[in-house]
Amino acid sequence: MKRRDFIQLSGMGFGAMMLPNIPIIGNSVSQEALLDGGIDVALKKRLADAALNAAKAKGATYTDIRIGRYLNQFVVTREDKVQNIVNTESYGVGVRVIANGCWGFAAVVDAKTEADTAKAAEEAVAIAKANSKLLKEPVQLAPQKGFGEVSWKAPIKKNAFEVPIKEKVDLLLSVNDAALKNGANYVNSVLFMVNEQKYFASTDGSYIDQDIHRIWPIAAVTAIDPKTGKFETRQALSAPVGMGYEYLQVNPSDKVTGITTRYNKGYDMLEDVTAAAQQAKAKLTAKSVEAGKYDLILDPSHLWLTIHESVGHPLELDRVLGYEANFAGTSFATLDKWQSKNFNYGSKQVNLFADKTQVGSLGAVGWDDEGVQTKRWDLVKDGTLVNYQAIRDQAHIIGEKESHGCCYADSWSSVQFQRMANVSLAPGKTPLSVEEMIKDVKKGIYIIGDGSFSIDQQRYNFQFGGQLFYEIKDGKIEGMLKDVAYQSNTQEFWNSCTQICDERDYRLGGSFFDGKGQPSQSSAVSHGSSTTRFNGVNVINTARKI
Amino acid sequence: MAVILTEAEAKALLQKVLKYSKADECEVNLLGETRGNIRYARNEVSTSGALTNVNLQVQSAYGKKVGVATIDELDDASIEKVVRRSEELAQLAPENPEYVGVLEPQQYVKSSGYFDSTANITPATRADAVEKSLKLSRDQNLVAAGFLEDRKGYNAMMNSKGLFAYYLDSNVNFSLTVRTPDGTGSGYVAKGYSDVNKLDTAAATRIAIQKSVGSVGAKALEPGKYTVILEPTAGVVLLENLYFDMDARSADEGRSSMSKPGGKTKLGEKIVDERVTFYSDPQHPDLPAAAWSGDGQAQKKLFWVEKGVVKNLAYSRFWAKEKGVKPVPFPNNMIMEGGTATLEDMIKSTKRGILVTKLWYIRSVDPQTLLQTGLTRDGTFYIEDGKIKHPIKNFRFNESPIIMLNNLETLGKPERVVSTESNQNYIVPPMKIREFTFSSLSDAV
Repeated sequence: MKRRDFIQLSGMGFGAMMLPNIPIIGNSVSQEALLDGGIDVALKKRLADAALNAAKAKGATYTDIRIGRYLNQFVVTREDKVQNIVNTESYGVGVRVIANGCWGFAAVVDAKTEADTAKAAEEAVAIAKANSKLLKEPVQLAPQKGFGEVSWKAPIKKNAFEVPIKEKVDLLLSVNDAALKNGANYVNSVLFMVNEQKYFASTDGSYIDQDIHRIWPIAAVTAIDPKTGKFETRQALSAPVGMGYEYLQVNPSDKVTGITTRYNKGYDMLEDVTAAAQQAKAKLTAKSVEAGKYDLILDPSHLWLTIHESVGHPLELDRVLGYEANFAGTSFATLDKWQSKNFNYGSKQVNLFADKTQVGSLGAVGWDDEGVQTKRWDLVKDGTLVNYQAIRDQAHIIGEKESHGCCYADSWSSVQFQRMANVSLAPGKTPLSVEEMIKDVKKGIYIIGDGSFSIDQQRYNFQFGGQLFYEIKDGKIEGMLKDVAYQSNTQEFWNSCTQICDERDYRLGGSFFDGKGQPSQSSAVSHGSSTTRFNGVNVINTARKI
Repeated sequence: MAVILTEAEAKALLQKVLKYSKADECEVNLLGETRGNIRYARNEVSTSGALTNVNLQVQSAYGKKVGVATIDELDDASIEKVVRRSEELAQLAPENPEYVGVLEPQQYVKSSGYFDSTANITPATRADAVEKSLKLSRDQNLVAAGFLEDRKGYNAMMNSKGLFAYYLDSNVNFSLTVRTPDGTGSGYVAKGYSDVNKLDTAAATRIAIQKSVGSVGAKALEPGKYTVILEPTAGVVLLENLYFDMDARSADEGRSSMSKPGGKTKLGEKIVDERVTFYSDPQHPDLPAAAWSGDGQAQKKLFWVEKGVVKNLAYSRFWAKEKGVKPVPFPNNMIMEGGTATLEDMIKSTKRGILVTKLWYIRSVDPQTLLQTGLTRDGTFYIEDGKIKHPIKNFRFNESPIIMLNNLETLGKPERVVSTESNQNYIVPPMKIREFTFSSLSDAV
């Protein structure tokens, strides 16, 4: 995940880096502007055709255009105060062409006439021709059929922008109040809502109109022991999701009960932040972990991030090839390992798949940002590495005839490139509950929620923290631990996987801010799993004295 | 209208914006900038781009009800529209109890970070700079991936009490990773300047090449506590987390490394070795910065840690009022003092130790102790009896910058560096540190 290149939302005063920085994208607008549908689809088609024709006239052999309107709303509070309410809008057009066998890209803000989009297309062709002088190998684009005029809309039940600000503020302030009444000294809470209205057209004959919605309720609670000066935090167990405001309207069936309540397709913010306050306080007196080898039971609210860093990233083909060597890095999962057909990424239980279609996930769209219809495909099958994530200009490198459909740009002004699909761990095939899994563990730690994360530039060595740690002794949960982080090596870790709970426990986690590229772009991605057991993992104690 | 306005043009425009204001108070921020970049990988240029950005932000207040609106067009109709919108948003907003009103006019010291050389960079000069770099790696059959990005721009602000501030600057950042074709060696370099004439991409490339070739054949050392020499590019990403924590409010609230039991803070206390001093200074010749903060407060030379003692924490205007002290804006730059030793001197005086040239993927593990984790990358070397003996495999570390600066052995000559985490430029010396904690080995090259 990315940390850099965000502009801190002014006046947030988060302190102690407990919440992610929030980028301000585009111009701030009124609440009403978030509900107007933007420009009409017939006009978008005219703008697109003007660009496609202009580029062709200048000698482009392929052209695509993205007309994008990106809307965000943030409601930011701490304790009994509303710190900020921000609505933003960003609208513009990006045109990408191939001319003389080379890519060219140009973008223009506020393009609302055919002359604007034609001019951007001509600029893109000029850039492609200029860059083609340095080119050794022309771009090879996997063929893609046109889909005509089609559309896709995220299947949301309630547009979050339709919910009055007052209702959102009341929710957050009631959540904060509950935290303070249950032992928190401080609480920050945020609602972050996104709508991407994207129109794509290409010389393949596609005109694709898409409407994508995301929501992320965020909270962090701090409890302080005034005598020792020690403090502990507990962050929300919510996930960012590709849903509308219905994510905040909870049904009992969305709750996963156990040592602490976790959430599936609906999030009870009041209940979770109340528990967070009690648990932050309990962490102050929890036992400090003894370093050593433990069997880890990882909840989906935690495991998503380990999957993201140790599977999602190393299996991005552009990283494998060296295109990200100067920043995000390369990958241990080199082409020869894939070609061998016997590289055991994990144990036999491990099936990891990429997917751009799962309802409610952050990556779900009908078509990607180069007009490829989205799908699901295998990355690791029965423990063996079988595929990567590739887009149209990479498919030939791995002997495929079509793109996987995972091309994305974070703005109309950014050029689209290969981005991580939702990468998930398939649930276990035999019925197994979390309770049954824990019953067999002699010396273990049960980890819930994501925390600190770090991994090397080829994705071998990683270290992860969490939010809640419970000691397991002889099949029973004994009590809370603190100062826990585990370190492992990707291949060793996935080969230590011995059990995966069945599909009843399958849940999504995710991030709004997966960072890649220079200049850096941000992408939202989900990762699903059921609770999973890993044997004999190295746990360190992170307590220090200063 | 031009993208980059002069001080007089910016002032005239801001006065025009304020004339539309009907609110109790109004504050206007204006920026214009152009950015250009070129990226390469696998010894080929992969992408290049340019961005022009103009932004006008208007903040209107009725009592403590505040609204902010922004726009990227500067014609009269757009200006009036954005002022009205900020006023509408303010009227709809709940009261913000932390709003303290706009600031009276301030006196600013003169600072300048603008260089015509950088402002005049063209796609052709970018390509030439990259070509010099590419030629060196191609000639030695090494694989280069790099990024060159430049910016020129101005920021200006004015408020309804008559405060006006303006700052024009330019900068260029260049970074490069050179790898051996078999992937067993990797070297890195990053340089940042206000004046592009100081950037020598060929000289920088030679550094990355030397580290790339020199890191082939790395041997594994046992993890544990070692004396390390952190080159400035490595040290800065740890120091930066200490700089970010110099905030009074989170310290007073008891939730930062600057907090003490009983609601007290470490202001006035010695927290690190007495040779550690760092300060901010908008007039520093090698790292110029704006002489005003985002809300118009004056930035002056200010010591944050002097001889190991915490001298200042940042107080927002609201928090300063709550605590009855003078506000201290968060700094626009940071300079750490050092000594006179060169990196070679520091290696020569080391009996047994590790030279770390870059650290990567730094994340906070414990905000209470500022414990950070991350890994070495792109060239790590074993030192014995004053000489570099051989390259070593990369380590994961778990270390706090506060503990590290208590275990200080030597500070070298400071230089300007780019943080690989935040992209910010700082001035940092190379540091020799004893008992630096490496907790595991990594196979990554």
